[in-house]
Amino acid sequence: MSVLVYIESSEGKIKKSSREAVSYANAMGSGDVTAVCLSQVDDAELASVGKNGANSVLASATSLETAEAAASALAQAAKSKGVDTIVLASSSSSGAIGARLAIKVEGSMAANVVALPDTSNGFTVRKSIFTGNAFAKVELTKDIKVLVIKKNTVEIKEDGKDASIEKFSPEISADDNRVKIINIEKATGKVLLPEADIIVSGGRGLKGPENWGMIEELADALGAATGCSKPVSDMDWRPHSEHVGQTGIKVSPSLYIAIGISGAIQHLAGVNSSKYIVVINTDEEAPFFKAADYGIVGDAFEVVPKLTEAVKSL
Amino acid sequence: MKILVCITHVPDTTSKISFTDNNTNFDKTGVQYIIGPYDDYAIARAMELKENSGADVTVLNVGMAETEPTIRKALAIGADDAIRVNADPLDALFVANQIAAVAKENQYDLILMGRESIDFNGGQVHAMVGELLNIPSLSPVMKLDIEGNIAKMTKEIEGGKEYVEVDMPFVAGCQEPIAEWRIPNMRGIMTARSKPLNVIEPVADGVATEVKQFELPPPKGAVKIVDTVDELVSLLKNEAKVL
Repeated sequence: MSVLVYIESSEGKIKKSSREAVSYANAMGSGDVTAVCLSQVDDAELASVGKNGANSVLASATSLETAEAAASALAQAAKSKGVDTIVLASSSSSGAIGARLAIKVEGSMAANVVALPDTSNGFTVRKSIFTGNAFAKVELTKDIKVLVIKKNTVEIKEDGKDASIEKFSPEISADDNRVKIINIEKATGKVLLPEADIIVSGGRGLKGPENWGMIEELADALGAATGCSKPVSDMDWRPHSEHVGQTGIKVSPSLYIAIGISGAIQHLAGVNSSKYIVVINTDEEAPFFKAADYGIVGDAFEVVPKLTEAVKSL
Repeated sequence: MKILVCITHVPDTTSKISFTDNNTNFDKTGVQYIIGPYDDYAIARAMELKENSGADVTVLNVGMAETEPTIRKALAIGADDAIRVNADPLDALFVANQIAAVAKENQYDLILMGRESIDFNGGQVHAMVGELLNIPSLSPVMKLDIEGNIAKMTKEIEGGKEYVEVDMPFVAGCQEPIAEWRIPNMRGIMTARSKPLNVIEPVADGVATEVKQFELPPPKGAVKIVDTVDELVSLLKNEAKVL
């Protein structure tokens, strides 16, 4: 078995979710894991994915920015390495890259994968469906398998050796660059929501955008990302990229802290893969408490600053 | 301009999810079916484009006869005609092949759909259709404007937005706030009954996955309500071990 892993970077650093994807490939029992990087990252950072279980890294000479170009490059890498499995971490672009890649290599694809494959009888993976409310065991019937894994599926391996780096110059056609990227607006220096291990989210209970300071202070103390409920993003208190829920971003952090969010079923659908959920709400009848592990019935304006202090003194 | 809007027929977001036949089939008992919420955004934007600059809007669904009320709802919202590919949507590749086969016959300028279905959540069909037709695909698209033959779009990325331009034809997976959802009015509902809904047989191509079994998540333990922040921090540190 040999595995190719697509690794993404943000601000020059390999994403944590990509390190998890490499760890997943390693945990599959393959001794032959090749990572592919299509953005510009320095050699030391690239080599460090060896710690997560990659033997080598193919580093593209140029940055490939469209899903079309990335899928072409990965298909070429898969062919030259003769791999049977390709692993990608869930991200805003990996679904489209995986889908195009699956067709190029005539393979089978599964997204939202939450466990290592079962190869005792065919090749079966467990994937999250119904927006986290159920799972399906799905058999991938083609020879080459494309897996997009959800965050927190495996522990990140840290004890491997540095990977060797090979330069890689995929052939990209004009068709792969038909999408012209005009501009990218991106928050810098912030923990990104889909990558975050801890998320602090606020709802209408906070009464207005001017009260988000305490949410951000708690998030800073925890090294967490900030999120929000749909009404909050609809009212433009917070940007849409922070909206967590059925029609927003689905998250699976280790810890999700919901402050002043009642817990509509559509919001719960976006957070039900979290390992632990803490709810802080004045209304003890708020439906979110039923989905929570820990709760405090109380006023956010009193509880949150105290919580920030308690976290800082840890 | 010719627009194809692909819709899913999915359980309402408040449905209780359960399975039958030794967890091999979804239990449809008492479940209300709707147009996928993301697909509703695609229909709504297609309607706005039709009103602003004129367009023929065709709705497509891959499903058995039971999906026709959902397709009629899309016609009631204002689509001109509909196609039902008479097959169970077996997997993403199968559905993408059906859409691509229809698109090859009809030369649409724009193929819109939701960013993902809310039952299987794969988020793959738009890119697969793009690949099969060798045209670009974008998702999730939050804003879409057409100027001449060029589409200007805003795509959501982690922690921000990407602004892109692309020539037609292309595929877009839509999400809020691309347009306001439309609710069919009485006149729409009446005229929908006489709009063409063509049923075609599927092409044979491509199933690459097979669902073996469904599972429900383990039941959640009762919430621990604590009185103080110190108790909470201690539980998170010592019991949950997440701090």
